[in-house]
Amino acid sequence: METIQTDVAIVGAGGAGLRAAIALAEADPGLSITLLSKVYPMRSHTCAAEGGAAGVIKPDDSLDQHFSDTVGGGDWLCDQDAVELFINEAPRELTRLEHWGCPWSRETDGSVAVRPFGGMKIKRTWFAADKSGFHILHTLFQTSLKYPAIKRLDEVFTTDLIVVDGKVQGCCAIEMRTGQMIQVQAKAVILCSGGGGRMFPFTTNGAIKTGDGMAMAYRAGVPLKDMEFVQYHPTGLPSTGILLTEGCRGEGGVLRNKDGYRYLQDYGMGPESPLGEPVLKTMELGPRDRLSQAFWHEQQKGNTIQTQWGDCVYLDLRHLGEAKINERLPFVRDLAKSYSGVDMVTDMVPIRPVVHYMMGGIHTDITAATPLPGLFAAGECACVSINGANRLGSNSLTELLVFGRRAAESAVAYIKDSGVSVDGAAANREATAVEARIRALFDRPEGDETTAGLRQEMFDTMEGGAGIYRDEASLTATTAKLAELRQRWQTLSVRDKSAVFNTDVMQVLELGAMLDLAETVASSALERKESRGSHQRLDHTERDDTRYLKHSMASYRGETAPPAIDYLDVTITKSQPGVRDYSGAKS
Amino acid sequence: MSERTIELEILRYNPATDEAPWYQTYTVPCQEEWVVLDAINYVKDHLDSSLSYRWSCHMAVCGSCGMMINGEPMLSCKAFLRDFGRKIRVEPLSHFPIERDLVVVLDDFMEKLPRVKPYIVRDQEKPIEEGEYKQKPFELYEFKQYSMCINCMLCYAACPQYGLNSEFIGPAALALAHRYNKDSRDEGRDQREEITAAHDGIWECSFVGACSEVCPKAVDPAGAIQQMKLASTMDWYLERLGGVGARVKRSLSSRRTSK
Amino acid sequence: MSRKPFVRPVPATTWYMRNGRYLRYMAREVSSLFIGLYMAGLAMGLMRLAQGPDAWNAYLTALSSPLALVFHVLAFAFATYHATTWFNATPKAMRIRWGDGYVPGPTVVRAHYALWGLVSLVILVLVGVI
Repeated sequence: METIQTDVAIVGAGGAGLRAAIALAEADPGLSITLLSKVYPMRSHTCAAEGGAAGVIKPDDSLDQHFSDTVGGGDWLCDQDAVELFINEAPRELTRLEHWGCPWSRETDGSVAVRPFGGMKIKRTWFAADKSGFHILHTLFQTSLKYPAIKRLDEVFTTDLIVVDGKVQGCCAIEMRTGQMIQVQAKAVILCSGGGGRMFPFTTNGAIKTGDGMAMAYRAGVPLKDMEFVQYHPTGLPSTGILLTEGCRGEGGVLRNKDGYRYLQDYGMGPESPLGEPVLKTMELGPRDRLSQAFWHEQQKGNTIQTQWGDCVYLDLRHLGEAKINERLPFVRDLAKSYSGVDMVTDMVPIRPVVHYMMGGIHTDITAATPLPGLFAAGECACVSINGANRLGSNSLTELLVFGRRAAESAVAYIKDSGVSVDGAAANREATAVEARIRALFDRPEGDETTAGLRQEMFDTMEGGAGIYRDEASLTATTAKLAELRQRWQTLSVRDKSAVFNTDVMQVLELGAMLDLAETVASSALERKESRGSHQRLDHTERDDTRYLKHSMASYRGETAPPAIDYLDVTITKSQPGVRDYSGAKS
Repeated sequence: MSERTIELEILRYNPATDEAPWYQTYTVPCQEEWVVLDAINYVKDHLDSSLSYRWSCHMAVCGSCGMMINGEPMLSCKAFLRDFGRKIRVEPLSHFPIERDLVVVLDDFMEKLPRVKPYIVRDQEKPIEEGEYKQKPFELYEFKQYSMCINCMLCYAACPQYGLNSEFIGPAALALAHRYNKDSRDEGRDQREEITAAHDGIWECSFVGACSEVCPKAVDPAGAIQQMKLASTMDWYLERLGGVGARVKRSLSSRRTSK
Repeated sequence: MSRKPFVRPVPATTWYMRNGRYLRYMAREVSSLFIGLYMAGLAMGLMRLAQGPDAWNAYLTALSSPLALVFHVLAFAFATYHATTWFNATPKAMRIRWGDGYVPGPTVVRAHYALWGLVSLVILVLVGVI
């Protein structure tokens, strides 16, 4: 087995991973950095983010306002010290990206432009038309090419962390092009491996978002925090789940039911704002959880449109006019035209809520460190938590930058302070065991189970039992089903026995990761007997701060056992839980 | 939902067992609104789990799923079945070595890209505390188009020059060099020109224009390269004009980087 | 090492037969051959003119031979193809600022045609055809 020795290994080369890599290279040019990714960096799913990144820069805005929007948006489940840090750092990070060449959209005077976003009381979302994530990713990737210290291992699928004496000492990975196992021995590992939205059938997430890194940390004993909080984006295309950015509503787009009625006003987000004059933090600029839940209620009332891909409502942008749509939303216009056959200049686009983002993830503290020494995490795979029970749109792109950098700084400090060294022999033993486990997948007898079959059953149970609205019965059924699927996964065989670019084995491993994570989602949701943010229980409809103003912590208990669910207090610094008000009332 | 059946003819190659690539035909039941990638996913999920290919976003932005579809380089996630007949032939991107099935080796591009310095180069970095560089909408417009490249490699598969001479830096990398050259924040054009105007750079391009025709993001690499040729020619003449030329060049570039 | 990347050879002499796009490109390139031959013929005409009336008349006679006529028709067709393809390609290289954007491509192309027409007109007037 090939062995690579490095100071810091980063798993995942999306926005957070690249930001961390650059921060490491800048912190100490003598540091050796290994950046592993199962795809080429520019394929990472950061590229699909459209709307923008939030950061206070304009004179009419304030850090306090961004803080209260974020904490209220997260239904007070955010750790407020983390939110403060995040908001203070945000403008610097976005400016740095500007200096690196990110093509942010501009005002006529040449300053960076900002657009309105859901749940934000003031316009503060920096954007690059409607391809903000794409430009952020490519700017970071291209800038990373400046630093020879960053050694990339592209198309290398990380399967396990190497843990020796309770410390992370590297990771094991399959090099896709050879099928060979490699061990990367590292003093510290930073996970930036993204979320796992692919456990649901309708998602904006790309095929690669299977939560491998989260599962890796989970199996290594790190708790997964707040996994029950899964964000549905209110405006996805029905057939494919393709994202139509919240920027559509930021620019003035409105939602209508089958009668053309702007139904959000019936769900605490009224009064109706004038067409083409969006009012911040109300109606279509309410938060994502509320909008997706309003859709569900409209569906119950029979106010949705039946399409061949299920129930939909309309996103109406016609009043914006062609010029503005072309300037601000050219990509989504093309997406809607190509994939749904609708030109948003002349017609309303049928849309439905789709799974978009996981608020939960690997438990980290404010320094991006996990409880496992030597392991750090940032981006969607991590839960700091700044997003609480519902992330506000445009906070996550900024989160990649702020906490990607912070994870790097913490890793450097960890290496220097603790004088940690890698126990090569012990690491090698661990890696050899991992290799044997992967080899064993090929030796499983070929049975009836298929990856696609198990995956479909996972889709059905997640959509049916752990969707926008949940209850005791649906969640109990889902947890039972997932336990069964995890059992059956143990007998799933790899049919393709060849070495080079074996995507069959990759899919088997990805499915294993998703099943583990899905179970933490369902189990955490079952235990949280309240409704908060994106977690809505039909049998516990109110928020219960007495019992559940807490983070849920799901811990691994073995290959077939369900997770143990524990709770951790939320850090509150200055904002006591209150009422989330999106009625447009002046506050 | 209307269904149709297609014949998907896929070029297969497994280095462990095959001396050369060969075609395998699959009969795939499809939905009318599917793209070619959906049909390939159907094969992977239901007919043949050994088929290897790259894909992720399914929305034409990650650049993974470039393939030759009926001989044309296309993103398979944006190649709609409705635009094809019953028989569709899928092959790995031309001009790249085949690793396996539809997966090609991209090392060549990954090695070339850093050579053209696709990042902001400045004599003096501006401190973050001083805020953003001002960039007027037109200054943004000047390079925006070239920043849209998703590195999908369709242009390399279309470019006959690259097919004949793999040393050619090629359309996407050159367009990205141009993107930074045209950015009002950048001062690295001279450094980049040492690479882009040298052997295997812009002058290898004979302006077939195929790159721009197949580009799924309307980047127009051919246009970028022709503009670089013009700029490089100007530089050559200005250098030969001595002091006057140097002054003209300075005034041209200082106008661009004025903040 | 289990890798064995397969390189598909590109035929060095017939590569342009692979698709219509390459063929059109080759036609554009080949057109310059005809333009070159036409220029050579023209230069020869000047030479004959300098040699005296007999030589010039012989040259004119040669020009009206069927072979020469066929060649000129061909050369004219290729010259037109050459000009059109290049004119259509000019907006890629010529980006002229116009407000917060550029002069639209079709306008640049049309300007080329207009200029071509104008120059042709001037020449025709100069040589007394019109």
